[in-house]
Amino acid sequence: MDSKLFPEGTTRCSFGQYLLWLGAVGAVLLWGVYAAFLILYNGIGVTAMDNYFGFALWITFDLAVIALGAGAFFSGFLKYILKIKQLEKIINLTVIVGFICYSGAMLVLTMDIGQPGRAWFGYWHPNVHSMLTEVIFCITCYCTVLIIEFVPLILEQKQLNRNKFIHALAHNMHVHMALFAGLGTFLSTFHQGSLGGMYGVLIGRPYAYRDGFFIWPWTFFLFVLSAVASGPVFTVLVCTAMEKITGKKLVEFKVKALMGKIAGSMLCLYLFFKYLDTWAWATGVLPRMGFTFDQMFHGVIYGKWLFWSELLVCGLLPAIMLIVPAIRNRPWLLYTAAILDCTGIVINRYVFTVQTIALPVMPFDKWYTYAPNWAEIATSAMIVAYGVMVLMLSYRYLPVFPQERELNS
Amino acid sequence: MQLKEFKIKWGMVVDIDKCTGCGACMVSCQVENNIAPMTAEDPHNNLQSMTTKRDDPSNKLRTLTWLNVYELNNGEAFPNRDTAYLPRPCMQCGHPACVPVCPVVATEKNEEGGIVSQIYPRCIGCRYCMAACPYHARYFNWWDPLWPDGMDKTLSPDTSVRPRGVVEKCNFCHTRYLKAKDRAREEGIDPMELPEGYYVPACVEVCPTGAITFGDLNNPEHKVHELSKNPNSFRLLEKLGLAPQVYYMSKREWVRKQGDNHAAGDHNSAVKQASQGHE
Ligand code: SF4
Ligand code: SF4
Repeated sequence: MDSKLFPEGTTRCSFGQYLLWLGAVGAVLLWGVYAAFLILYNGIGVTAMDNYFGFALWITFDLAVIALGAGAFFSGFLKYILKIKQLEKIINLTVIVGFICYSGAMLVLTMDIGQPGRAWFGYWHPNVHSMLTEVIFCITCYCTVLIIEFVPLILEQKQLNRNKFIHALAHNMHVHMALFAGLGTFLSTFHQGSLGGMYGVLIGRPYAYRDGFFIWPWTFFLFVLSAVASGPVFTVLVCTAMEKITGKKLVEFKVKALMGKIAGSMLCLYLFFKYLDTWAWATGVLPRMGFTFDQMFHGVIYGKWLFWSELLVCGLLPAIMLIVPAIRNRPWLLYTAAILDCTGIVINRYVFTVQTIALPVMPFDKWYTYAPNWAEIATSAMIVAYGVMVLMLSYRYLPVFPQERELNS
Repeated sequence: MQLKEFKIKWGMVVDIDKCTGCGACMVSCQVENNIAPMTAEDPHNNLQSMTTKRDDPSNKLRTLTWLNVYELNNGEAFPNRDTAYLPRPCMQCGHPACVPVCPVVATEKNEEGGIVSQIYPRCIGCRYCMAACPYHARYFNWWDPLWPDGMDKTLSPDTSVRPRGVVEKCNFCHTRYLKAKDRAREEGIDPMELPEGYYVPACVEVCPTGAITFGDLNNPEHKVHELSKNPNSFRLLEKLGLAPQVYYMSKREWVRKQGDNHAAGDHNSAVKQASQGHE
């Protein structure tokens, strides 16, 4: 029915089947829209956050998707600036994933702030000392860059591209893409860093506080590195999931392994600094603040297992798996390493948001626990559903995968 | 980082040994500052009553209490058990954790006696300041504020009512400060040199045991100036360097110890000397 719109030389499932899938994802989306409506109408009291947990699931979710969306800026940098040609087989997907992650994060943020109508105050009354100001600026600018990178792909849609003007426009945008990739890299590096800086400057929160390196607490650099260490393999996972669902080969394995190698090297670099950081924190920062390492953990839900899982099982292990070619070149091991790597980064973002504020700093205070309620879960699921929908539409109608034809013929 | 210092530094010294934990300060704060009580139902919002349950007033994690009284104990069993109460307003830190993080300058440490202000119409409700403050002195408006019928008559005309979705906190009853300065001008007194007792927050005024002393920490004629230097006085979490303008006093060593948290061994005295050195 809509086969005229498919990318050149490709086949897709029937329209009915497609609608069925779209309907299922749409149901999740609607559930989230309902929750979002209640939150905006009734107030954030609808969520499970409280006076202790002003930052909770949404912020963790935001930090995590932004880190995982880093594949876009980093791969863009490698492809357009360092000219690693092979990456062009997957670059479109990285842009789409990046776009989904950033726009999704912005949607969550508008729900998260208590006064969404004042969101623009961030530009109007900026506090130059606040890391969050930097995040607000960079995140919106970078989201715009991603839109600019996404547009030529839409213009290349088969039917649209017949139009001469659109064709020329898409071509010209491609020609200048290196400029945007460069700009995107610059912006993204800064806000990835500022997200880390946001926690590092919390002078009253020993779990997150770090000393400064120039004007930045060093978590600034750790967040940038951890994002580029996980973003590329997250794109690989998305790509693989799409292959499994559609039953087609979309990107040759060599390219995925290359992404794995890139992420693996970055992960090693990141872990080197992360271990140094952890050591300096446990033996320097904490005692200076009058705390001990053991005081940072509590019970099962804030237990040390999270710490070790992040640093070893989801850190060192995938790093080794990704840099050893014999392991990396086996698909299922590559995917396992990718999942571990992404999980490690998510744990990192979680402990920085939740554990940091759960920790009682006043000696007579106690640990509090937080569990998200349905409204926060539904809205987060809504963002995931929105992402899946964008991917479904893009895959069906846009020439996302340049290799699809040759790999499936 | 530099400590923000101004000519006047309003501060409190709370004598923990005098505090009985009666909570009068909490109640007076509530009334003085138009702090909305927690109401289970919103009669003006039908959709809310159909879809959402507002919190129970017993949910202390959702209610607004600019001043909170904590119960401390020495951790021993009866008959050696000892209890103390610690009222905690906003500490008006000299080096506040909350101010530099706010993306829109909705909160500021200013010349108004070094009180950390909060500009409600500018706050976007991101709650970064709440995450930053280790004293939990900031509160978020989770719901539209409501006063049950009749209770709205108690609203003070001096203080603005905050809408939902912004963060609020203790400001040492700043409106009383403004009034005191006006009165001083009328009476020909220099508003920058208010005499003792000219300006006192509601909690100080109402405390039945006189546990809270209030005044200008920089002014040697004010009692707090002397009291803050008493060997029995300490500041909560002094080791973090936030330099609170609220001091606590206790003759009981275990209380002083808990206030300062000696996890790092007894480095408290060193910190104390250092901080007194630059005051
Ligand atoms: S006690 Fe908390 S809210 Fe008050 S000034 Fe200090 S950091 Fe800010
Ligand atoms: S909640 Fe309001 S006062 Fe606090 S940091 Fe955000 S904008 Fe500033």
